[in-house]
Amino acid sequence: MKLTSELQADILIIKVLEGRIDASSAIQFKDRMRELTQTPSPRVALDLSQVGFIDSSGLGAVVAVLKALGPARKLELAGLTPTVQKVFRLTRMDSVFTIHDDLPLDLRHAG
Amino acid sequence: MPIAPPARARIVLASDPKAVRDALIRLFAMPPLRDLSPDGRGTAEIVLAEALNNVVEHAYAQFGGVIEVTLDYEHPNLSCEVVDSGLPMPGGRLPNGTPIPLDGQHDLPEGGFGWFLIRSLTRTMVYRHSGGRNTLAFRLEAE
Repeated sequence: MKLTSELQADILIIKVLEGRIDASSAIQFKDRMRELTQTPSPRVALDLSQVGFIDSSGLGAVVAVLKALGPARKLELAGLTPTVQKVFRLTRMDSVFTIHDDLPLDLRHAG
Repeated sequence: MPIAPPARARIVLASDPKAVRDALIRLFAMPPLRDLSPDGRGTAEIVLAEALNNVVEHAYAQFGGVIEVTLDYEHPNLSCEVVDSGLPMPGGRLPNGTPIPLDGQHDLPEGGFGWFLIRSLTRTMVYRHSGGRNTLAFRLEAE
């Protein structure tokens, strides 16, 4: 599971360099996210622009990452492709996450 | 104008998450799924992935097995049939796919989205268990 991370001001930007977050990669995704989010930052943004498909296991993994960050850190999402957006919208998880429409993230606004 | 003949695809896969991923990639590279609109493909992939993952996680659980998927497309309906030889659905019935509460009273759910997604995106849904086989047949609209 390829993910890259970059700290920009107060935001840790993690980019998923895989086409899918699904039942066969959800555990690896959670493990990599746990490692990468060791870098302290008030905000964490997940760039999903390369992810064309997510299933319910992948969605569960993203929710698990949000919960693991705890109340003091925010998990924001950016670059949702149409099918990924559909999964978030149908499950109403789009109301749980801050979702940015535009990439690159506008770093001037602190959440 | 001649009417395009109904397109059919059939695939047999092992009950394993990686095999499900590979089977979806193969199915979406051939007719009829290959030729649908991006939106139709997205809908079909969400539903098929959940249906296949359910078989891997519940019907076959830790045991291995074989899953057969048959697709028939007749504009604008995609008919799908998923057959396995695993455990029957609990109570012999399909889960109703109740939406997960996101009301702040409950801990955020990390699962239970699968049947909700399937129910949200399909029209007819038939399940039967006979001769040691589960058959799940459903139809969805996909242009």
